[in-house]
Order: sequence, then C-alpha cells, then structure tokens
Amino acid sequence: MLLALLALALVAAVLLAPTIARAARQLNERRVRAQAHRRARLARTEFADPGRERRAEQRARELLRSCVNDEEWSMYRDLGFIRVYGRLAARRPVFQDAISATEQPEPPAPDAAPQYAYLIYPHKPIVAYVPQTRRLLSEYCVEFPDLTGAISQTRLPDSDDVLAKWMALTGDERRLIRNANMHLPGRQVDPGRVRRDLWRLAEWERQRRGSDSVEARRR
Amino acid sequence: MKPGHGEVVLTEGDPAVREDEERLVAEFRHQLDEGMWAAVPTTQAASGRRQAQMVRDYADIPADAERVIFFPRAAGG
Repeated sequence: MLLALLALALVAAVLLAPTIARAARQLNERRVRAQAHRRARLARTEFADPGRERRAEQRARELLRSCVNDEEWSMYRDLGFIRVYGRLAARRPVFQDAISATEQPEPPAPDAAPQYAYLIYPHKPIVAYVPQTRRLLSEYCVEFPDLTGAISQTRLPDSDDVLAKWMALTGDERRLIRNANMHLPGRQVDPGRVRRDLWRLAEWERQRRGSDSVEARRR
Repeated sequence: MKPGHGEVVLTEGDPAVREDEERLVAEFRHQLDEGMWAAVPTTQAASGRRQAQMVRDYADIPADAERVIFFPRAAGG
C-alpha cells in the first residue's frame, strides 16, 4: 500500500513538474516587470521635480566656468555657444574618412592662423567652419548618452554637454571627431542661424577687444 | 557629470596618502569600466590657455591635478 502511494506521488510530481516550472517562470517574469515598473515610476518622479534640472544646470554652469578660458565663458554666457579652434592639420577634421587612427595630430605653428574652428552648442551638433571666410564645413553630431541608466530619458544639463564637448575637443580632437557622425552643414543646425551667430561673435569680439579681434582683422 | 543630475562628487582624497590613493584608483577604474571618459582641466604654462587632458590611466593624471572629471563617452548622435 505504502509503495503504491509513493509511486503515485512520484507520478504526480513528474506530471506536475512542467506546470510548476511554468508557474515559477511566470512569477519571475511578473517580478521583473514589477521592478521595471517601479524603476520607471521612480524616474518619472525624479523628472517631475522642476527644481532638480535647474539646480543641475546651475552646478554645470559653475563647473564649466571653472574649466574653460575666461573669454570662452563670457562667449557662452553672452552668446550661448563656445568657439574652439581646431588644432589638427587643416583638412583633416573635415574629411573624416581620411583620418587614420594611428596618425598623430600635427599641431599648427604657434603663430599660424587657425585653419578651422568649431562652434559648440548645447545639445546640438558641433559646427566646423573656416574663420577667415566663415564658410561652413560640416556638422559633427555627437552626444554623451547615459550608459549606466539603460533606457534613460535623462541627458546632461546644457552646460555639462558644452563642457563635455569642450574637453573632448581640446583634449583629444581626433577621437571626438572619429566618434561623431559627420554631416554636411544644415542637416540639424540652420546654416542661417550659424552665419548669424558668426556675425554676432565677430561683433562681440569687436566690442570686447576693438580692432584686436582676430576674425575682425581678417575680414 | 551624470545625466539628469549634473556634477556629482564621486570621491575625494589626498593621493599622497596610501588609503586615499587606493580609493581614488578604485573609483577611477570603476568609472572607466562603466564606459566613462576622464579628463583633467589644465593650463598651458606658456600661453596660460586652459584646455583639457584626456586620461586613460590613473598614472596619466598630472601630479598637480585638483580633479578628474568623468563624463559619458561620446557617441554619434
């Protein structure tokens, strides 16, 4: 009798095993979904704090100010963008395919006129142009995504985005350009706006330094 | 720099103190393992111009650096 009961229990266990496994799997999936839901709700709650972004931007501005040159900080404060002169050989950043990963930068002579420059806007592509002619060369689409937060909707504060581009350009221009997607001017940033900004920059420099402005002298 | 938050102090200490240095090295490696880029703001001695120096190894950090800034690595937008 006992043997028969044991055998029956064994058969029942074997028959129920797939059902139990399925139930356990569903339970686990439900738990994972609940966790994801909780995380999303938390993210929404954080996003809903209107002061948080403002505070983050304020901190970012202070950090930017402490890192860049005084002239660059004033430029960002007054005009909303920063100009950085390119330091590689003239044509290289423009034609990305021609850049070899092993090639070393060739900095221009200290007194040489800058061959090209970049305009750094917050959360917009970096625009390359020729200072002497104001000819637009290309747009470099680059972003600094949150890698740790998986599917995060958050992004760097504006001033942090500018600082990240500034550090990457002044620290390793070649690597940043290699990581960016290059497009012709006008894909994301209105060329008319850029030309206006270049004019504003020239006026700003003229007012700031009078006839000492580099670009004003070259016009 | 942390998306959505801005500047966050990760750790601080005196590299000359062994315990501090170990903590700094551990945090540096952790950030790079997370895929961040590291940069040190510097000033050119000759011109006084400020620029950044990208660092890929703790040993690359200039001795007089006051801070290392980590930011998400660039990706094509």
